[in-house]
Amino acid sequence: MSRALPSDLVCMVAVERLTDYLDGALPIEERTQFEEHLVTCPGCVIYLRQVRAQIAASAALGAPRPPAEEVKQKLLDLFRSSRGG
Amino acid sequence: MPAGAPELQAVVQDSSLVEALRAGDERAFLELVGRLHAGMVRFARGFVKSEAAAEDVVQDTWAAVLDGIDGFEGRSALRSWIYGILANLARSRAVRDARSIPVSALEPDDAEPAVDPSEFLPPSHPRWAGHWASYPTPWPEDALISEETLMVIREAIERLPPGQRAVMQFRDVEGWSSQEVCAALSLSEVNQRVLLHRARSRVRREIARHVGRRTP
Repeated sequence: MSRALPSDLVCMVAVERLTDYLDGALPIEERTQFEEHLVTCPGCVIYLRQVRAQIAASAALGAPRPPAEEVKQKLLDLFRSSRGG
Repeated sequence: MPAGAPELQAVVQDSSLVEALRAGDERAFLELVGRLHAGMVRFARGFVKSEAAAEDVVQDTWAAVLDGIDGFEGRSALRSWIYGILANLARSRAVRDARSIPVSALEPDDAEPAVDPSEFLPPSHPRWAGHWASYPTPWPEDALISEETLMVIREAIERLPPGQRAVMQFRDVEGWSSQEVCAALSLSEVNQRVLLHRARSRVRREIARHVGRRTP
C-alpha cells in the first residue's frame, strides 16, 4: 500500500514523533502521515499546541541577565591581564 | 579599529567580535559576558552542587576562553566553542566533587516511550488501541505565562537527568539551533533530539499536573 491512511498512525506513536516533526527532521512520508493524523485527531492537536506553548514559555526563562558587579569586575581584570594589560 | 560591541543580533560567530577580543576591546568582552554569562551559569548548575560552584566553573571557563581565543579557528560558532569548554570543565568539576552524575551521562540511555503509555488505550482495545484514552485537557491561554507556571517549568528542567537538562536548556531556554547544541555537547543529531523529546515530554507532564490543579 503506497498511501498512508490517517488510521495508520496511532496517537501513541504520533506523540513520539512530535519533536522530530517540529525540528523538520521527519522524512517526507512520515511528515505527511503525521499531518494527516492531526487532521483527524483533536487530542494530538491539543498536545501539539501544548508543546508549542511550553517551548514559548521556556524561552521566557532564558532572558540574559548581567552578572553581578563584582563578577564583572573580576572578569574584566582577567581580560586585561590576558591581553597583557 | 574594530567596532566596540557588535549588534546583539550579529551572532557571536561574527569574526569581528573575535578580532575585537584579540585586540583587547573591553566593551566587546563585556557585551559577550552580558549575553552569555547567565546562561552559562544555568548550564553549569546542571553539573555541580551549588550556585557558587557553577559560578566558579564559569569563571574558569572565561579564563580558558581568553587563553585560547588567539588560537580559535572559527570552525564552530564562538558560543559553541565556549560552551564546549564549559561542558568539559563542569564535568571535571562534577567528578572532583564526586557528584553522582556519570561523566558520560549526556547520551540517552534507554528506549522507553517519552509519553506515559497509560495515557493511551491498551493494545487489547478492540478498535482504538494506541489512541488517547481521553484527550489532553487544553490549557487556558494565559496559563503558561504566569510566574507560578514559569517556576514550575524552571524546577521541572532542573530535575531532568543531565543530558536532557542540558539539551532542553540550550534548545528551548537559550534558543539555540540543534546543530549548535550538537557541536557544544558532542552529540549526534539523533541523540540530541531523543534527549530533547524526553525532556519536553517530562516537563509537559509537570505543567499539565500544575495547570490541572489550578483549573479543576
